[in-house]
Amino acid sequence: MKTVSGLAAESILDVLDLSVAYGKVEALHHINLRVAPGQIVTVIGPNGAGKTTLLSAIMGLLRKTRGEIHFLGDRQRDVEVERMVALGMNLVPEKRELFAEMSVEDNLLLGAFMRHRIGFRDQRETMQDVFGIFPRLKERRTQHAGTLSGGERQMLAVGRALMAKPKLLMLDEPSLGLAPLVVREIFRVIAKLRQTGVSILLVEQNARAALQIADYAYVLETGEIALEGPSQQLIGDPKVVQSYLGLGGKH
Amino acid sequence: MDLQIALLLGQDGITNGAIYALLSLALVLVFAVTRVIFIPQGEYVALGALTLASFQAGKTPGTLWLLLGAGLAVALIDVAGSLRSGSRRRIPGVMLWNLGYPAAAAVVVLLARPVEWLLPAQVLLSLALVVPLGPMVYRLAFQPVAEASVLVLLIVAVAVHLALVGLGLLFFGAEGSRTTAFGDASFQLGSITVTSQTLWVLGSSLFLIVALYLFFGRTIYGKALRATAINRTGARLMGISTVLAGKLSFLLAALIGAFSGILIAPITTIYYDTGFLIGLKGFVGAIVGGLVSYPIAAAGALMVGLLEAYSSFWASAFKEVIVFTLIIPVLVWRSLTTHHVEEDE
Amino acid sequence: MSASPRAVLSVFLIMLGLGPLLLPEFYVTLLNYIGLYAIVTLGLVLLTGVGGLTSFGQAAFVGLGAYTTATLTTASELPGWLAPFGHSPWLALVAGLMVTAAVAVLLGALTLRLSGHYLPLGTIAWGISLYFLFGNIEFIGGHTGITGIPPLQIAGIEVKSGREFYYLIWPMLLALIWATQNLLDSRSGRAIRALKGGTLMAEAMGVDTARLKMAIFLIAALFACVSGWLYAHLQRFVNPTPFGLGIGIEYLFMAVIGGAGSVWGAVVGAGVITILKQWLQDLLPKLLGSSGNFEVIFFGLLMVLMLQRARDGLWPMLARLMPVVRDNGMARPEGLPLPKKAMAQSGESLLVVKAARKEFGGLVANNNMDLTVRAGEVLALIGPNGAGKSTLFNLISGVTPMTSGEIRFLGERIDGLNSRTIARRGMSRTFQHVRLLPAMSVLENVAIGAHMRGSHGVISAALRLERAEEGCLLAEAARQIERVGLGTQMFEPAGSLALGQQRILEIARALSADPCLLLLDEPAAGLRYLEKQALADLLRRLRGEGMGILLVEHDMDFVMGLADRVVVMEFGEKIAEGLPDEVQRDPAVLEAYLGGVE
Repeated sequence: MKTVSGLAAESILDVLDLSVAYGKVEALHHINLRVAPGQIVTVIGPNGAGKTTLLSAIMGLLRKTRGEIHFLGDRQRDVEVERMVALGMNLVPEKRELFAEMSVEDNLLLGAFMRHRIGFRDQRETMQDVFGIFPRLKERRTQHAGTLSGGERQMLAVGRALMAKPKLLMLDEPSLGLAPLVVREIFRVIAKLRQTGVSILLVEQNARAALQIADYAYVLETGEIALEGPSQQLIGDPKVVQSYLGLGGKH
Repeated sequence: MDLQIALLLGQDGITNGAIYALLSLALVLVFAVTRVIFIPQGEYVALGALTLASFQAGKTPGTLWLLLGAGLAVALIDVAGSLRSGSRRRIPGVMLWNLGYPAAAAVVVLLARPVEWLLPAQVLLSLALVVPLGPMVYRLAFQPVAEASVLVLLIVAVAVHLALVGLGLLFFGAEGSRTTAFGDASFQLGSITVTSQTLWVLGSSLFLIVALYLFFGRTIYGKALRATAINRTGARLMGISTVLAGKLSFLLAALIGAFSGILIAPITTIYYDTGFLIGLKGFVGAIVGGLVSYPIAAAGALMVGLLEAYSSFWASAFKEVIVFTLIIPVLVWRSLTTHHVEEDE
Repeated sequence: MSASPRAVLSVFLIMLGLGPLLLPEFYVTLLNYIGLYAIVTLGLVLLTGVGGLTSFGQAAFVGLGAYTTATLTTASELPGWLAPFGHSPWLALVAGLMVTAAVAVLLGALTLRLSGHYLPLGTIAWGISLYFLFGNIEFIGGHTGITGIPPLQIAGIEVKSGREFYYLIWPMLLALIWATQNLLDSRSGRAIRALKGGTLMAEAMGVDTARLKMAIFLIAALFACVSGWLYAHLQRFVNPTPFGLGIGIEYLFMAVIGGAGSVWGAVVGAGVITILKQWLQDLLPKLLGSSGNFEVIFFGLLMVLMLQRARDGLWPMLARLMPVVRDNGMARPEGLPLPKKAMAQSGESLLVVKAARKEFGGLVANNNMDLTVRAGEVLALIGPNGAGKSTLFNLISGVTPMTSGEIRFLGERIDGLNSRTIARRGMSRTFQHVRLLPAMSVLENVAIGAHMRGSHGVISAALRLERAEEGCLLAEAARQIERVGLGTQMFEPAGSLALGQQRILEIARALSADPCLLLLDEPAAGLRYLEKQALADLLRRLRGEGMGILLVEHDMDFVMGLADRVVVMEFGEKIAEGLPDEVQRDPAVLEAYLGGVE
């Protein structure tokens, strides 16, 4: 495998000096971020800090203005969604983007579309694995995705991404709009996914829950990384609370 | 009008209606996946029919030159694009499909004397020439503006329609053609005679509808097309590219169009510009279904066929006026039942 | 070398005026046709290029104009009530305009409420139907048409020759261009241009978008009818051929190729297509060895290329080539102050929301929401992503209907009213995703906010009878722009502003409406620190003047330093309300923002 000097060979994702602008306004400035194999890395931060923009730029849904993205040790020169999916990067978007008028089973099957196209025919087995992780989806497999509850939709969105057997799974606010009990369930599953070997980049507003399961964390504030460190260190850091609620802020 | 005539007209109406229904399905499909209101749908009908007629007349169909030209244009654009972006891995595939395939088709058409072939083989060869024009037209005309508004896409569609009609005239001339019937048997059903061509049309339409149903319901590519129609972002995140979905839907539209043309060519004389009106009647059906519902579109198209048949009896000069005025009550109904919500956020 | 636009226009007009005296007959005829087509295309510029609607059926409206006058002026005996129209082509024109208006209103009423593509589809069907109708009705001659149409008479002089007609067609065209240009440069014109960006913003600024869409569709149809009337009396006979769908499509091509955003694009488009067609019809059959309308291949491909590469058409390119100095002497508009509404007493309740509930399908987006905004206070609405803040904003401003509950504004129920009506009562808003017209200047964008403070309509705008009011509206917009601190960028295109400044522009636009309650959706997003300070100062000043402000914002420093009271939402419900300090220490709020501690 080719490696670029200065980068550890065994990193899954390396983001170097990434900036993204909408028109004239920079939404992200000089982001550096790394995900190592088997790690759960979280990016936390208040609303509007640029978390979704970050994931969209890594995935190729948005054009970056500057910086480099290295995936599996290779620099990705043309970051294009379909290509990144083929390489093993999958995003569970904030809005879930399910196929509402299709059955749960079909939604899952389409998660494996790229694998099917490349020539793999192991969709049935993968689906059984996903049902093992989310037994609820098995119960609902003939139901339309649009009829599921909020928690089930999130499970389906994660399950659909897992159908692609990703090397890097990116989750955008999986707890968004979910009741606390369901959030706990989702986070339990995310923690367990680590055992399957997938690396996870978790973007969350729900900082405490994210920090509890992550190995390493970045705090994003107005488009910049304000703080980073091992999660256990950040949990108790008063600056995290400050960046969320402006307590005793800068004025 | 006695019962005999009523039944006869009904038979006519259902036969034409079946064709309109097929076209309306293609139109709904293309619109759902690409947001293109595919005005040139009817041109594929004419191209299919005229290509088959050329083979039967022992002539080289102009479609071949169209295929070679379009393939060359696609190859030039795609290879140039690949060279510019530095990703050369796609070039062999592009060359194979856009230069190799048309060249192979040319060899067959020019050397293998299709005039002596059996009808089914002639039909397959006609489809082989016309159907690839679907994805090629998508690549040339629509892919560069895929993100534009429905209105811009519609104007592009109208422009493509004009260009194709003009090319049809250039390649096939102004005279109309008919092809030989699929069979010359006829059956007595009660008091009316049913020709075997009618049965062919109905049977094939039904077959195609079932095949489409299975394609969308059972295969992963069919499901991928539906997924793109339901949620483009979601589909892209699964690796279903907009370009792939666009080309695939245009391929199906071309297949349905060309096959419809082949089905009706023994019944109606087809001219280079006949396709447009046929396609528009499919549209009236598609609009009945709001450009989203397949079954309602098909039912609407069948109704158009019947209305056309009966109005040709009562007021044959005003046949077209009546069919296209039908769109007005349909629009009234749609505008009363649609709650137009502004695209928000 | 360069000249002022006025000089260039004068040279053009002089050349036009002398043209027929110097040119051979053939070119005069060609120019006559270009003029006739340009009249139709001008309507399409307004409809498609400016308003974002389109029609393939303009040729059918041309046909209505032509056939009405042809039928009335050649009929040997007319029923009594119609007889007066038959005596004069000028009265026949009036009749044609009435018929056209009736058809256009009917067609518009059917399709304009539906999403954008139903209008063009409806016009395709209408274009085909009318063509077949012309060809199949006996008393208008069927496919052979009507001959013997009398010539026009002006003050007793017959207008017969091509040269004479030239002096009728081109002045009419120029007059219509002048009127259209006036219309675009007015209160109604700004609203028409706003249609293209979707109706949400325009309605929130008090614009009746349905009425405007109908107005431009009607204008385009009437222009086509005038062209048809001229055509009939120039040709002195009519048949269905020039009114078919193919020609309708050609008119649209003229608009797109010429440049559908500008009135002069109509002339350029009509000219280019007419001359090209003439030339190709000679050339192509010789080249291809058979006869037929092969120019459509060329036009089709040309259109596809134009739409892919140069969607704005030829006019912008030509305009750049012209030796014209843009006059940068754009002066700050002066005008008398507009009357203002009386501000409510400070502390008085402006907005009272009670038990608001909104369901989307089975999902409850807002439940049991209560809040009150008083005059002279800033109320901040905060909460995590997806808490339902934007939904509540849309309920209050009338964009989406509420499932149950009650909203009162200035003491009256407003739930159930549309956003336009609510805006007129004194509530104005900005949008989370900026909604402005990037190509229009900052001044014009802000002036859309003042729309409902003016009253002159389309016709007085076309005839320039509303200049005094227009001056007042623009002056008001200029004042608000200076107030928010964008004064130096007043004449720049809004799209060239940074995103943060675009948000400030939206505030100026909202202020131009003279509101007593402002709804601001994330106004500080994208602003730099100093800009945020300036925005906070502005909002404090507005509060001091007695304005009520309801604010959704994520920047907590900004919110906590500015708001008088804070309402916190989660899962569509209110979880806390109080002074900023109280809310920041509320355990429920901490949990909502940071997640539960297990």
